Amino acid sequence: MSQSIIQVQHLRKTFGDGSDAVHALEDINLEIRQGEIFGIIGLSGAGKSTLVRCMNLLERPTSGAVIVDGQNMTELSEKALRLARRKITMIFQSFNLLMQRTCLKNVCFPMEISGVSPAQAKRRAAELLELVGLADKADTYPAQLSGGQKQRVAIARALATDPKVLLCDEATSALDPTTTASILGLLKDLNQKLGVTVVVITHQMSVIEDICTRVAILDGGVVAEQGNVEEIFSNPSTDAARRLVYPGGVTTAQYPSSGRTVRVAFNGGTAYQPLIASLAIDCGVKVNILGADTRNIDGKAFGTMLLGLPEDPNEAAKALSYIRAQKNISVEEVQDSHA
Amino acid sequence: MRESLIAILESWGVNSAAGQVEFLTDPGTMLFAVWETVYVPLAATVFAYLIGLPLGILLVTGEQGGIRPMPKMLMNILNVAVNLLRSIPFLILMVVVMPLSRLILGTSVGTAATIVPLTVAAAPYVARLVEISLREMDRGVIEAAQSMGCSPWQIVTKVMLPECRPSLINGATNAAITILGYGAMSGAIGGGGLGSISLMRGHGRSQYVVLYVAVIILVILVQIIQSIGTALSVKSDRRINQTESKRRK
Repeated sequence: MSQSIIQVQHLRKTFGDGSDAVHALEDINLEIRQGEIFGIIGLSGAGKSTLVRCMNLLERPTSGAVIVDGQNMTELSEKALRLARRKITMIFQSFNLLMQRTCLKNVCFPMEISGVSPAQAKRRAAELLELVGLADKADTYPAQLSGGQKQRVAIARALATDPKVLLCDEATSALDPTTTASILGLLKDLNQKLGVTVVVITHQMSVIEDICTRVAILDGGVVAEQGNVEEIFSNPSTDAARRLVYPGGVTTAQYPSSGRTVRVAFNGGTAYQPLIASLAIDCGVKVNILGADTRNIDGKAFGTMLLGLPEDPNEAAKALSYIRAQKNISVEEVQDSHA
Repeated sequence: MRESLIAILESWGVNSAAGQVEFLTDPGTMLFAVWETVYVPLAATVFAYLIGLPLGILLVTGEQGGIRPMPKMLMNILNVAVNLLRSIPFLILMVVVMPLSRLILGTSVGTAATIVPLTVAAAPYVARLVEISLREMDRGVIEAAQSMGCSPWQIVTKVMLPECRPSLINGATNAAITILGYGAMSGAIGGGGLGSISLMRGHGRSQYVVLYVAVIILVILVQIIQSIGTALSVKSDRRINQTESKRRK
């Protein structure tokens, strides 16, 4: 297993004090590995943005440690922290480009403040613009660019100091789906080409699906669940995770059935539609699809389906054992009306 | 031509028409008045910015939650001082500041001496103008600069001031025009210029032709300053693309 690049240990962040205190983050523990694309997902107000700002100390944690590349960020002096930030850069939802500078000068900016010679900075900036596919926009001002292009410039700017980590704070939330896909593609590409670790903050499950290898689900200031994206998708074990994975909320309450109800979870590998068909053909048992929320990730089926089993106990048992025999599918019987 | 103008004015019942026309048509007198009207406020504006610009920056960066928070006590004192100076009417401030003028220039009367009270009156105004401009700054851009490892000084010089340049230019235009307006009162302490001519000759000696001409020239001067300021501001603003700026003109 590759070594960790960011370790967040017992991190707490409280805003205000006394009775007005808001506990934004409580006892957060995370480990982000070198070279991976790590996702942090949560609904609005879950503390995602605060958490990512604690990683580069834009927000100072109330307690706990943030270790980036072996350095405990919370213990650094102001000056040392400024130097450390060059290795953990950030892009934003609103791009935050300097509007009075050309694209090239925007990319030069981080090098300018770190004392790189202007000629060298210019050369490197041109390379970076090329890398993000905007070589022809070097002398254009940000106001003349589309949202996706602005984010590309921001990415080039963030890469100017050869960072080890790129923090993306809702970087695609202001973009349309097509542009989002192209920016995510670029991030994935850069991750592979440059080996830069990418931390993605988002409220969109689709973003996590598209590029992340591991994910942490943040809910009400705590990490509800963390693990491989596939695992969390196939078997969300907490309410917070289920809310995100199935925003529609497939519950038995919505789909009342007279017989027994089972929840079938697809863990990838098997397509879900043939299961129902083969169940009918192989066992002669007809099941009722009460609800489904499944999605295709990398050509594999993930998600859950609620099935109403036949009222006949024998047939129901037959169906259950047939499904249990399938690979990459798990079954649990749903007793109560609520998941 | 001059004679016929005097004749017309006399036929309208204008008093001392000949004297007024003579005064207005003497190029030396009028040009010098215009020069005084322009250089005094401009000099005062420059001095006011030397004090007001750093002060305005400090008002923004030094507050709690700013990029370099200063002790709350200091910020309170600064704010009160700025408000205090701004609340004193200029006519009174001119008299109050006389000892300071004497200290700096060796005299407290005359055209040059009015630069001192103008600067004192304008500096806090400029500080507030700078403060307003800098507060328009997108907080996210400052955060981005911090995330790249900018020091507070770098944020001020490389992010805040350049990004707010169009707004700062507008503020400076505004300051220059306001100071020009204050300058008209400087006739009271022996300052020259069109304002003084309007007051002393126009109002004091009821030479209304002189008064109106002086006022018209003042209006034109203000228009010129405003036009130059706006043009510079628009031209320097890269958020507006070329076609849009053409449309604005």
